[in-house]
Amino acid sequence: MSVKVGIPRALLYYYYYPLWKDFFESLGCEVVLSDKSNKGILDSGIKNTVDEACLPVKLAFGHVKNLADKPVDYIFIPRLVSVAYKEYICPKFLGFPDMARQNIVGLPAVIDTTISFMRKRHNVDQAYKQLGKKFSGNPIKVRQAYHKGLRALAKYNQLLLKGHLPEEAMSIMYDRSAKASQVKPCGDLNIAIIGHPYNIYDPYISMNIIKRLQSMGVVVVTPDHLSEDEVRHQAGRLPKKLFWTLGQRMIGAGYHYAESEDIDGIIHIAAFGCGPDSMTGELIERNIRGSTKLPFLNLTLDEHTGEAGVITRLEAFLDMVRWKNSPKKQFIS
Amino acid sequence: MKVTFPHMGYLYVCVKGLLEYLDIEVILPPPTSKRTLTLGTKYGPEFACMPLKLNLGNMIEASELGADTLIMIGGCGPCRFGYYAQVEYAILKDLGYHYNMVVLEPPDKHISELTTRIRKITGNKSWVQVIKAIRFAYQKSRAVDEVELMSFKIRPRELVLGETDRALAKAIKEIDNAASPQQLQLALLRSKDIMNSVAIDPNRPVIKIALIGEIYTLLDPFSNLNIERHLGRLGVEVDRSIYLSEWINDHLFMGLLKGIRSTKEYCQSAAPFLNHFVGGHGLETIGSVSVYAKRGYHGAIQLFPFTCMPEIVAQSILPKVGDALAMPVMTLIVDEHSGEAGMITRLEAFVDLLTRKREFKAN
Repeated sequence: MSVKVGIPRALLYYYYYPLWKDFFESLGCEVVLSDKSNKGILDSGIKNTVDEACLPVKLAFGHVKNLADKPVDYIFIPRLVSVAYKEYICPKFLGFPDMARQNIVGLPAVIDTTISFMRKRHNVDQAYKQLGKKFSGNPIKVRQAYHKGLRALAKYNQLLLKGHLPEEAMSIMYDRSAKASQVKPCGDLNIAIIGHPYNIYDPYISMNIIKRLQSMGVVVVTPDHLSEDEVRHQAGRLPKKLFWTLGQRMIGAGYHYAESEDIDGIIHIAAFGCGPDSMTGELIERNIRGSTKLPFLNLTLDEHTGEAGVITRLEAFLDMVRWKNSPKKQFIS
Repeated sequence: MKVTFPHMGYLYVCVKGLLEYLDIEVILPPPTSKRTLTLGTKYGPEFACMPLKLNLGNMIEASELGADTLIMIGGCGPCRFGYYAQVEYAILKDLGYHYNMVVLEPPDKHISELTTRIRKITGNKSWVQVIKAIRFAYQKSRAVDEVELMSFKIRPRELVLGETDRALAKAIKEIDNAASPQQLQLALLRSKDIMNSVAIDPNRPVIKIALIGEIYTLLDPFSNLNIERHLGRLGVEVDRSIYLSEWINDHLFMGLLKGIRSTKEYCQSAAPFLNHFVGGHGLETIGSVSVYAKRGYHGAIQLFPFTCMPEIVAQSILPKVGDALAMPVMTLIVDEHSGEAGMITRLEAFVDLLTRKREFKAN
């Protein structure tokens, strides 16, 4: 029987899952994902974390708990210190494996490999080498698995750049039958959604905002549709380099979409209690309000889901954008 | 050029000393008050932590007094503090307060980035003089810490309520007024005399509590609602996990001065509960619990501003550390809605608990 490695469907799952999946599967492991986010998962996460933790961390706790109950042999919770040179993600990612280990009872073995680009790239290859040792004594096999993972990641990123959302991209990659049913959504408005991947792509905590907007006739674009170079180039306009990789993405995308001609409005989605969001949101909003007339909406997500309130705000926002775009507006008042 | 900088407890004594030693005109922001916090809360980002809001308030109030140049410390993450200066600058600019901002932080590429920034303030003063000024400032911070440490011991044992606080204010004033290293030596002697003149009962039994957590809320009495004073009045001898001079030595001098307290010990004691640094003082917070438990402290109180990321990581691990070491730990989170009365109630309950625990052990 193969070893079961559990991967929580949370935090950087939306960025690195293809790499992790192919890596573990090439080493003969069975990859088990936690269930899709739902009320039960969020509730168990809230029960197991401190109140002050931010929403995505609470949700991630729920996913880890979900895996622990499945059960699996290992849970993969890498310590993601840094995914780019001299940059960090967020302090909570640095401490997440320890937080989980100290708070969730009955946790299976945790794999908390430290992944840090902080000093140099080489460390990461080393990290996967160490990680592979657990499952295979053959270093060549581990190396091949790592490269297979990297290729899968590259393919995934290509799909994102083409305009697919992560869920679609994953179903294109892993679910052959879904391929044919892919229809590109169309609509009369282009709205950019700026937010962390684990907030905007998780259908449960984002209250399905992307699908909801699409059904209201909106074409949604996100920071992940932009290339790394473009994002970094835009974020370079800041007076000082931002030390959060994901924050750079938010800011870079915010600046890019604020200037792009075919964007009709920007929605910034922050999670309650998210530290970086409180700073990047402020900078994006100041930039947009200062230099453009682009409609801007700031939505804060928390665990007290009130869908009606969110829908009302989205509808009002879209009405406002459509009214602003309509040629007749000069005749009203 | 009228230079200002935000408050953080008695930091002003040290920075003002440094600047005035170099003949630079200093405009001190008015002592942090309710108005400072209201201004910061009104204009700052809603979910930013309280230190940012207080900084912002300090800057606005100093600008109203005519300050035109602002000194801020920066950093390179992952805690938000490293980006404070830039966000604050953007907000102040939009509000119409025009500051010339000088951010002192580890240089991105070359040390010259930092030295040119320092030059902006020091002008044509020689580097020897600048170094002398830094040494003077450091001595001031040491002096302040020494006096504060005395107050921690004296306050729970004072015979007349409030005497220690009056003496401390006088003693700090003495240190603040010293304009040269020679004067400072004398001032320190005088301030120690002032502290020693407080009448105490040396035999009174006291509870010992360690204050641990985030640096700003630990050092700044306004933001921590005078926790040291309240605990002292409840008969508690406190110690803080961070002192200004220690922080300067650890972070600015890279631990150059040996033989004085350092937070290194805390970091080393954090494993196996927390195995990686998490920015800010999260790792130190976890480690300090075991250090204080070894030193015979009865309990610890973790202090941090609402939404502080490194401390939340520590907070979620602290109960386990406390259990393992049989050390009661309480967490206090402060923000613009914190009230002193509510905090005092919690402190009283915690001190009662520790007293009962000690009596139980004694029998």
